Amino acid sequence: MDSLINKKRPPLFCPGCSHEKAVNALDKAFYNIKLSGDNIVMVSDIGCSGLFDTFFNTHAFHGLHGRALTYAAGIKMANPKLNVIVTMGDGGLGIGGAHLLEACRRNLDITLLILNNFNFGMTGGQFSSTTPADAIVSSGFLNNLEKPFDVCQTAIAAGASFTTRCSAYISDLHKKIEAAIKHKGFSIVDIWGVCPGRYTKKNILTPKIIEEKLKKLPAVEGTVSENIRKEYTAHYKEITSALKPFNMVKEIKPEFKAPEAGKHSVMILGSAGQRIITAGEILCYAGLKAGLFTTFKSDYNITVLRGHSVSEAVLSDKKIIYTGSGAPSVILALNKEGITRKKAAFKTLNKDTLIITGKDTEIPATDAKIFRVDFKKLKIKSNERALASLVVMTKHNKIISYDMLTSALKEIFNQKIFNASLELTEKIQNSDIL
Amino acid sequence: MALSLLDGNETVALGAAAAGCKFFAGYPITPATSIFNAMLNLLPQKGGVCMQGEDEIASIGYCLGASMAGVKAMTATSGPGISLYSENISFAIGSEIPIVIVDVQRLGPSTGSATRGADGDIQFLRWGSSSGLPIIVLAPVDAADCYILTKQAFNLAEQFRCPVFIASNKEIALTKESIDLNLLEKPEIIERKLFSGKPDEEFMPFAVKKSADVPEFLPIGFKGRLARQTSSTHGAKGYITIDASEIEKNQNRLQHKIEACVDAFTYFEEVNTDAADTLIICYGITARAVKAAVNILKKDNISASALILKTLWPAPEKLIKQKTEKFNKIVVIEMNKGQYVKEIERILCDKKIKFFGQMNGVLIEPEQISEVIKNG
Ligand code: SF4
Repeated sequence: MDSLINKKRPPLFCPGCSHEKAVNALDKAFYNIKLSGDNIVMVSDIGCSGLFDTFFNTHAFHGLHGRALTYAAGIKMANPKLNVIVTMGDGGLGIGGAHLLEACRRNLDITLLILNNFNFGMTGGQFSSTTPADAIVSSGFLNNLEKPFDVCQTAIAAGASFTTRCSAYISDLHKKIEAAIKHKGFSIVDIWGVCPGRYTKKNILTPKIIEEKLKKLPAVEGTVSENIRKEYTAHYKEITSALKPFNMVKEIKPEFKAPEAGKHSVMILGSAGQRIITAGEILCYAGLKAGLFTTFKSDYNITVLRGHSVSEAVLSDKKIIYTGSGAPSVILALNKEGITRKKAAFKTLNKDTLIITGKDTEIPATDAKIFRVDFKKLKIKSNERALASLVVMTKHNKIISYDMLTSALKEIFNQKIFNASLELTEKIQNSDIL
Repeated sequence: MALSLLDGNETVALGAAAAGCKFFAGYPITPATSIFNAMLNLLPQKGGVCMQGEDEIASIGYCLGASMAGVKAMTATSGPGISLYSENISFAIGSEIPIVIVDVQRLGPSTGSATRGADGDIQFLRWGSSSGLPIIVLAPVDAADCYILTKQAFNLAEQFRCPVFIASNKEIALTKESIDLNLLEKPEIIERKLFSGKPDEEFMPFAVKKSADVPEFLPIGFKGRLARQTSSTHGAKGYITIDASEIEKNQNRLQHKIEACVDAFTYFEEVNTDAADTLIICYGITARAVKAAVNILKKDNISASALILKTLWPAPEKLIKQKTEKFNKIVVIEMNKGQYVKEIERILCDKKIKFFGQMNGVLIEPEQISEVIKNG
């Protein structure tokens, strides 16, 4: 197998740019592992490191600044067999910081080569997230105020399973890259180099100085034993292959006849924990059991365990065009929080609306018909009031029948919950509250 | 008859799965999150992939990578996420990456109200990318449309290799309704056109055959031939170009490939076509209030027709001109402060257009619309 260097498009970096060393080392690594070009995708970032994909006869993906790791993740998930190599500068590292952390945490089998030259080469030598505070860059004094970050230490803290940092000038750079590619999981090679086009115009940095600086840092030598774990695509497959198919669509065949014709809306007003949303759904399923068309909306507090909870259902024997509910036929007023939320609605009601509420519940002044239930005497708990009120509705022959209701319960609940709910509905059904 | 109780987000997910979507990535955001939840139940069980991105930029980035690797991909968000998608949307436009993007619109600006509806992103979806080159936007009216149009969206994305948006709305997305899935129109599935060259022919990722406007595709990772993708201004081979005439030709093609074909995907619905006086133009959830308003007006012996647009971008000019021809009065109703009406005014520059809009998180009521019509 030959070199994968694209002879038609030779590297066009500034003379002396360390990137060229990385290009050649990468090619040597491909050669040694015996990878063919169609087994590799080069995903390149923006900046001078963003030119890498054009120098190789491999698949290539050159995207947006800082986002190379995101495309790489999508490609790898879609085609886990591909060798995915990402090249990114210290610029991409900074702007794509969240993606770096996520890549470390996720452990997809991707190799990231960081062409770290301590500044933004292409845009004119501004400071990056790895620029030393005492460097002279074209961002004025601003880099003096910030601490550069250690990519490898950060990556290890985030869960990277392979990290190594080295100078672009070492003779065995290709071996470091090779080891990274061979690693099953996310691997990083932080390659320190010189950017003569910008950085060393005002700063002194030589291969020797780089070597000295690297020596002062804590050693990182490839595999990070504490982060070794399953590779993401393999793990994903392992978990998902055990999943059972999920049926999202419950088809209901009508079995009953609804007690009333026309379009009716029901408001269920309560608070978090009162099973208000479930009651709304039960009502809709009861409607479906009689072939009624239905729409259902709910409204609850963003902190879900506190505050109001409101369900609004429309049941109709004709297709429902407009989904706003209009004047409700029935209101189940179960708790102050929900009632307060819909306070304004009470004013305009007339006797065509039936309000079912507790003996102990305060409701705003209204002309609607009110039916009070002594839930306490019936030993109905707060979180049972919604379902109990649906039974009261059926006792009034309002919109749904008792059979529609219980067959809806059977549809929604598992046997255990169904049995418990049936106990409750029968208690109301057999009571003499009317 | 067999009715199911499903909301618009669930039917978007079902439509996507039926269209052959194999990859979904999203970042949780109300009111779009339940699309992610549904995809998580639909895709991985069948060998597909569903991922939660570390942010919106990553989510669409995963999708673009997956799409270029040859799988059908979708993401879903709301207005705040569309803002973050913007740069990648431009990328997908310029580099011809098929993707379906669902925007479950919520009340803005900014964080706005997570659980209140609006149609405030209609111009944003069209123009919220650099270059201004066209994209496709479809607007569902109900849960059934969410299913059908999402399926169509995949077909269009594959055919035209561009981003296709579903402009949903919290009020459609999170309202459960009875729906008979068996009765829905089921559009045929259209796949991306693969490279058809001879074995010795070079594959050029952005070359178009004579009389074609869309390049043939090979996935990244294809065995035996290399594929390239780039966000830079490129020539047919997928390398940077500075050749102005080549650039010009490509930009024209990106515009033409979508705009010239809009008649083939102009989806719409008409209500009460006999009326000769007023035509109400609308789209999305508001169309349902308009339909109800037409019925109210009928009772008062006022006849009004409605044109419900389900393809918003590119604007179906031919349809709009043709359907408005015989009407003296045109009224546009929108759940915003006046966005698509600008497009209608542009197309019907010789007609007087009346507008009514509301953007307070509450549905426009049929009675508000009938009042607008009554007051001429
Ligand atoms: S600007 Fe710096 S990084 Fe870019 S090619 Fe020149 S030397 Fe290399």
